[in-house]
Amino acid sequence: MAKLAKLMDKEEIRRALSRLSHQILEKDKEVKDLVIVGIQRRGVPLAERISGMIEKMEGKKLDTGTLDITLYRDDLTQIAHQPIVRNTHIPFPIDNKRIVLVDDVLYTGRTVRAAIDVLIDFGRPRKIELAVLVDRGHRELPIRADFVGKNIPTASEEMVEVKLEEVDGRDEVLLLRRN
Amino acid sequence: MNFKRKDLLGIQDLSKEEILFILETTKSFREVLDRPIKKVPTLRGRTVVNLFFEVSTRTRMSFELAEKRLSADVLNFSSANSSLVKGETLLDTAKNILAMKVDCFVLRHPVPGTPHLLAKKLPIPIINAGDGAHEHPTQALSDIYTIQERKKRIEGLKIAIIGDITHSRVARSNIWGLSKLGAQVRVCGPPTLIPPLMEEMGVEVFYLPEDALRGVDIVMMLRIQKERQNEGLLPSISEYIDFFSLTEDRLKLAREDVLVMHPGPVNRGVELPARIADGKRSVILDQVVNGVAVRMAVLYLLLAKR
Repeated sequence: MAKLAKLMDKEEIRRALSRLSHQILEKDKEVKDLVIVGIQRRGVPLAERISGMIEKMEGKKLDTGTLDITLYRDDLTQIAHQPIVRNTHIPFPIDNKRIVLVDDVLYTGRTVRAAIDVLIDFGRPRKIELAVLVDRGHRELPIRADFVGKNIPTASEEMVEVKLEEVDGRDEVLLLRRN
Repeated sequence: MNFKRKDLLGIQDLSKEEILFILETTKSFREVLDRPIKKVPTLRGRTVVNLFFEVSTRTRMSFELAEKRLSADVLNFSSANSSLVKGETLLDTAKNILAMKVDCFVLRHPVPGTPHLLAKKLPIPIINAGDGAHEHPTQALSDIYTIQERKKRIEGLKIAIIGDITHSRVARSNIWGLSKLGAQVRVCGPPTLIPPLMEEMGVEVFYLPEDALRGVDIVMMLRIQKERQNEGLLPSISEYIDFFSLTEDRLKLAREDVLVMHPGPVNRGVELPARIADGKRSVILDQVVNGVAVRMAVLYLLLAKR
């Protein structure tokens, strides 16, 4: 894997998340029904950070959950090894809630499709929106993000790698080329 | 890690890492069972056949539920109304079912080693749901998961298994699994129901529960089958109750936070009194619900790939 460029550093990630948090608030003034759900794996710390920022601004703690899409993947009959099933934790009712799904990179859209299916099995939210740190294009499904940290046009042989303090020990977004 | 096995035949040939990986995967499936919709689309389009050559309620229903919760299609086969009574061999029966394009067999059979035979002869995953007095891996995994859920560890725990050890596949699978994870396992029962060479499995043998229960974290009671009396292995059930039933007085010898387990079905008043089976130290029903989650995890690990 050859490193091509550093797309975002720690400070740029912080500013992008801060802007996302403001946009999430602005779009729907009422935070009473707002719920943040992070997609495993790096969507989870991002969701917690956004939730923390909104809490600071509004003085209200938001219900924040985690969601794993493995059991809803559409390629389980095609891959050589079964992926690790990570934890899903949505310990609050989501009926009639406004849910903001959070992930690190939006690419084909297949993860988001699976995540929406998971949520629907937990209840009937009023609305589901999507916030991502990076949108790199190449959608394979009719899915788009409502809140985007940074749009990065990429080639399909390139990879966007998001590193986060909580998982990787540092904050940065890298552009890599598959060898 | 990747779980690379084709089959789940027993605990004896699993490594510590593989056991821990199955337990970790089980945690995610246990959560699915608490959702409003307790079903995931993971094994859509896969067909699992439950081949049962022995009567079973709990294990068969637990497997069937696990398969349905994963959206697999399920075929149930029981030997009573099958062509085996017309003289077909087990292998021919299995091959004929396989020809109808199924993806996995779950096998319960009275002869030890039968799942291993099928595993060798057939290209699809075989899950052992109990082979004679040999192994019952998914029961042991759900017992071990239940202990870990409550005690947060296995290593260093003292665990007493009391009852008919000789005829118990649950005891054997648990001894292998718990020992690999660092527990100290002891068995206890009448000498006629304790097989030879137990010490070679790394197990301490006791003949009185008063000795076996001292300071244990877990007590696992095994079902006593009334037929053992006719085989001359037990003088009488009432004598067994006198010497081996888990009374309140005997249970006081264990640690205060002891957990009481039983793989079922329970003979109330024989292995233990109803008050203890239904009491706050009993995790018997946890073992049952965790059994579904463990079986989902095993099915996932064997089937959710190309």
